[in-house]
Amino acid sequence: MMELMELPRRGALGWRAASRIRETVSQLPPSVIVGSLLLLFWVGCAVFGSLFVPYDPYAEDFLVMLAPPDAAHWFGTDQLGRDVLSRIVVGSRDILLVAPAATLLGVAAGSVLGLVLGYFDGLVDAIGARLLDTLMAFPFIVLVTMTLVALGPSNLTVILVIGIAYAPLVARTVRAAVREQRKRDYVSAARLGGESALAIMFLEILPNVRETILIELVTRLGYAFFSIATLSFLGLGIQPPSADWGLAVADGYGFLTGGKWWVVIFNSAAIVSLVMATNLIAQGMGAFENSDR
Amino acid sequence: MLTGRTLSARAATLLLTLWLVSMLVFFAGQVLPGDVGRLMLGPFADAEAVAALNKQLGADQPVLVQYWHWFSNALSGDFGTSLSLRLPVAPFVLESLKRSAALAGVILVFLLPLGIGTGIVAGLNQGRFIDRLIVLAGVSFGIVPDFVSGLLLLIVFGLWLNWFPITGAAPDGAGLWVSGYYLILPALPLVLNLAGYIARMTRAGVIEALAADYTRTAVLKGLERREILIRHVLRNALTPTIAVLATQTGYMLGGLVVIEALFGIQGLGNLVLNAAKSRDFPMLEAGVLVMATIFVLSAAAGDLVQALLDPRQRRHVSP
Repeated sequence: MMELMELPRRGALGWRAASRIRETVSQLPPSVIVGSLLLLFWVGCAVFGSLFVPYDPYAEDFLVMLAPPDAAHWFGTDQLGRDVLSRIVVGSRDILLVAPAATLLGVAAGSVLGLVLGYFDGLVDAIGARLLDTLMAFPFIVLVTMTLVALGPSNLTVILVIGIAYAPLVARTVRAAVREQRKRDYVSAARLGGESALAIMFLEILPNVRETILIELVTRLGYAFFSIATLSFLGLGIQPPSADWGLAVADGYGFLTGGKWWVVIFNSAAIVSLVMATNLIAQGMGAFENSDR
Repeated sequence: MLTGRTLSARAATLLLTLWLVSMLVFFAGQVLPGDVGRLMLGPFADAEAVAALNKQLGADQPVLVQYWHWFSNALSGDFGTSLSLRLPVAPFVLESLKRSAALAGVILVFLLPLGIGTGIVAGLNQGRFIDRLIVLAGVSFGIVPDFVSGLLLLIVFGLWLNWFPITGAAPDGAGLWVSGYYLILPALPLVLNLAGYIARMTRAGVIEALAADYTRTAVLKGLERREILIRHVLRNALTPTIAVLATQTGYMLGGLVVIEALFGIQGLGNLVLNAAKSRDFPMLEAGVLVMATIFVLSAAAGDLVQALLDPRQRRHVSP
């Protein structure tokens, strides 16, 4: 009896949730929807790709080295006879793991830093702001090269380096947003009500600057895809035997003069589509109105 | 007027930053890798030979003593001896700096007219089709990684159409125009990438200046449109653009590494990249220090130019 009575209610609840989701989606700008779908496609490839690729992405076949695209190999084969299509599908894995991890690290560290600096006036803020300036005085490429040389290139190093490089940039943006909020009445009220500084920062102000942080997260993710692909191309990022796109472009680059364009073109297209997907979402969120990188 | 106090404060923070950079560079390059002698001679070398080499290189001394030696030598222009070439580092760095400067020059020659020009056109036509087109094109080019756009340009204009050489290094003895011609294809990826950003900043400046009171006053007192645009709108609109240019130096330095690797230009970027890969620390440290110096100096120069153009900024030049 109980079960029978609950059934319609559960159905109604599910229907209401579904219609709410539909409503939210229809309110989103089209660029956010297109970008999200494209991003989801690559996440799907990263997670399930190895189940439906036509060839083993790591299997070398010396009979079909650098074969142009045809019916058997839609995107051709690379210098070791590996199927380019299969490698691109599976090659999304590392960058889709490293870039979000690096972005989360940078945005989390930067947000905490920005909250603290923005909330405390005076000495803490003065010293902290100067420290951020000094950190940002290192050109990104210098920071990255030195750290990667000192620690050796690996996925973990890339996450650390990009995270560290992004933290001060995020901190600066969040600090500005927090300083805006500080003067509001609800902060004064909380302070008068005896809430601790920590509680005010994380329970009162943080929810009110979440939009800034969210935009920062999406924008930085786009730059992270951009930077990590570049680092891999330079040999400083994701390392072989990964099927990573940047690595594949670097490998295929040497064969361009022989007219063998497919490895470079298809892998480049994959990189561009991923960066573009993130940027479409960021743009839909109004991220580029007055951004600086 | 620019006060002597703000200027000297700016110079002091600049020197402090450079000193901090030199420390970081030294410790990341010299201390973290460990035994330099072992690294040079390989894992099978005699322990005595390793110790002797470390003594010769000064690597057996305390870290601070090593830093002082390196720092004082670097101040007098001696950046040590390359581990892989066994030759003094400084001439190589200087030579590569010249090649990178040539590339940066070609980039700026294309970037400034394109970025500022399209930005002004977009700003004056706000909301119209041409404005949307410029902004959209800028954003689209801005998100393509330099090595990808570089490769596409190389394939299309270098290999398929044969309009440009696929290397950025002109043959020896080539004149200024020929050398410049070799650098056009390498320059384009960074030009395309940055032009959109500069155009957006110029556009915002133009729109703001057009709406400002002083522009309305100029219109009301009957000045010609041309004169209003040049004397009132552009002068005010270009100030933020200059600051933006300075902030993009760091991005340009990173772009140089990519472009020089792609087009085989033996510039500063390639020098740093190869030194990093072969773990040639003296070379790497010198290259990185030069890059950081360029970066810090251009940021300071950007602030200074902005202060000179905009009287309101003179009092608080951010240190």
